[in-house]
Amino acid sequence: MTALRTGRTPSRFGSARLAGKSAPYGFVAPTAILLVALMVVPIILVIGYSVSDGAITTKNASFAGLTNYITLLTDPEFWNAALNTLVFTVSSVAAHLLIGLGFSLMLNSKLIGAVPRAVFRVIYILPWLFTAAIIAVLWRLLLDPQGVINYLLQSVHLTGSPIAWFGDPSTALLAVTVMNIWAGYPFFMISLLAGLQGVPADLYEAARVDGASPVQQFFNVTLPQLRPIIISMAMLDVLWTTQQFALIWLTTGGGPISVTEMLSTFTYKLAFTGFDFSAASASAVIVLVFSLIVAVFYVRSQRSES
Amino acid sequence: MATLTTPAKTRATDARTDGPVHGGVTAAAAVHRAPRKIGRRVALLVGLLVGAVFAGFPVFWMLISSFKTNTEIFAYPPQIITQGFSFDAYLAVLNDPEEIRFFINSYVVALSVTALTVVFAIMAAYAFSRYEFRGKKVMNVIIIGTQAVPPIALIIPFFGLMVTLGLYNTYAGLILTYIVFTLPYAIIMMTAYFNTLPKELDEAVKVDGAGAWTALWRILVPISVPGIVSVAVYTFMISWNEYLFALTLTRTNDLRTVPVGIQLLIGQNSYEWNQMMAISIMGSIPVLLLFLIFQRYFIGGLTSGSVKS
Repeated sequence: MTALRTGRTPSRFGSARLAGKSAPYGFVAPTAILLVALMVVPIILVIGYSVSDGAITTKNASFAGLTNYITLLTDPEFWNAALNTLVFTVSSVAAHLLIGLGFSLMLNSKLIGAVPRAVFRVIYILPWLFTAAIIAVLWRLLLDPQGVINYLLQSVHLTGSPIAWFGDPSTALLAVTVMNIWAGYPFFMISLLAGLQGVPADLYEAARVDGASPVQQFFNVTLPQLRPIIISMAMLDVLWTTQQFALIWLTTGGGPISVTEMLSTFTYKLAFTGFDFSAASASAVIVLVFSLIVAVFYVRSQRSES
Repeated sequence: MATLTTPAKTRATDARTDGPVHGGVTAAAAVHRAPRKIGRRVALLVGLLVGAVFAGFPVFWMLISSFKTNTEIFAYPPQIITQGFSFDAYLAVLNDPEEIRFFINSYVVALSVTALTVVFAIMAAYAFSRYEFRGKKVMNVIIIGTQAVPPIALIIPFFGLMVTLGLYNTYAGLILTYIVFTLPYAIIMMTAYFNTLPKELDEAVKVDGAGAWTALWRILVPISVPGIVSVAVYTFMISWNEYLFALTLTRTNDLRTVPVGIQLLIGQNSYEWNQMMAISIMGSIPVLLLFLIFQRYFIGGLTSGSVKS
């Protein structure tokens, strides 16, 4: 054994040095191939489609320059979808933050014991554990004109006749937003809870010595300490909410009369019901550019923290 | 508010007689403090319960609706304790080969994606953690940037690509697609994990004549089980729950996954609500179980990530 190993010494070192140089490429090869084939190439393709006419549907699509973009940016339907996405996103993110903050503060309170804390935490996380397709079906049941929420609202005389929340143009956007608020706050809550647990106790001690009330402590200690988490979570949430598709698609499908049409459903319909893949690609590229801008801000905020 | 403070005050009187008085605090101060503290505790409890109703009621309603008969679903007034309590909806799902197929498809896809993602992520993370190499920075940017790419921007070229490659409406097409979405974050998680392990561990093995490959699989992987498990759980959840690509890249019902399958029931059986709720519960069980088992771990992982930043 020993002799064999000594005998192999030179070649071992040689191969080790060689392996040291080529090994990392072997290790990253599957990832690199996949990311290039199914991430870099598709992005190039979608940009290509967006500046051509008759992408996918015709064999040799012709170059169209920016006409798809111009058509899109002068289409009131596009702006309607953009505006809806904005309203939906801003109200969802604000509500996620408020609910997430409220729940995490309650869970972090010293006034509750460990067991109730654990129980409430699991209950509060529940919405996060269900997939969008299931949440959509569930909320259709809840918000049905004959459903339980209409019954409850009527029994406390908040509403008169039953409301078809997803079907009525005046309530549909509200309904999808409420559903999305319910579906999305837990991740905010978990991150904020983690942040709260990381706030040094002596900061509160110092504030108490200075005679700060609990409310003052919240605004002068808790909130500034949570600021980095709030900012990064808000940006992630903006990214996710602007991309929300399944919840809308499976409840209102963007309707009625486009009041819940989002950029995601608008783009999807252009592509897969209208088969105008070129226009859809232009819309997709606009969404992509917006997302990348948010992402750049996100990465910057992460960097400035560390 | 007034109704809240009254019971709190009466309870405070009890607290004064038999409650412990803190050392160093005068009796008067304790009396002054106790009702405030109890009032706060009651307010907190009320807040917690309101929150629990908001978060939990829809899930509770899904659960009880799955035990109802379809005629009871919209009974007026709504029934909480149902007369027709039964597992019929579950049995109906289990006896429908098409619905069983949705589950099989979901498991095949999610488990394949998980296995492949874990292996590829371990390999890539090892290179990122232990080597400096040309192209590392570019790959890093792509891996981070990928997470910001909206699915809706990729669905169109994916559709085109999968049709061209003959992978449209196949397991392979769906599995490859999901790996691209799960792999970047899996690599980030795995690299962070490997970075916590001292380099001396694998260096020592390499000096003994083993290659990097052996060092990785024999030494690093066995001690990285916790990190691998969280990558696997994360990956499984993402693939189990995915909807947009499952909807677009498959065409026939024998390839539909659970999230897409549920929606098909809406049209097909003309609103068998109890069955839809039953399949929703059954479709959520894998993720619920994974979460409950690895909860401590999951939240722990998130905690360390957030606190560090």
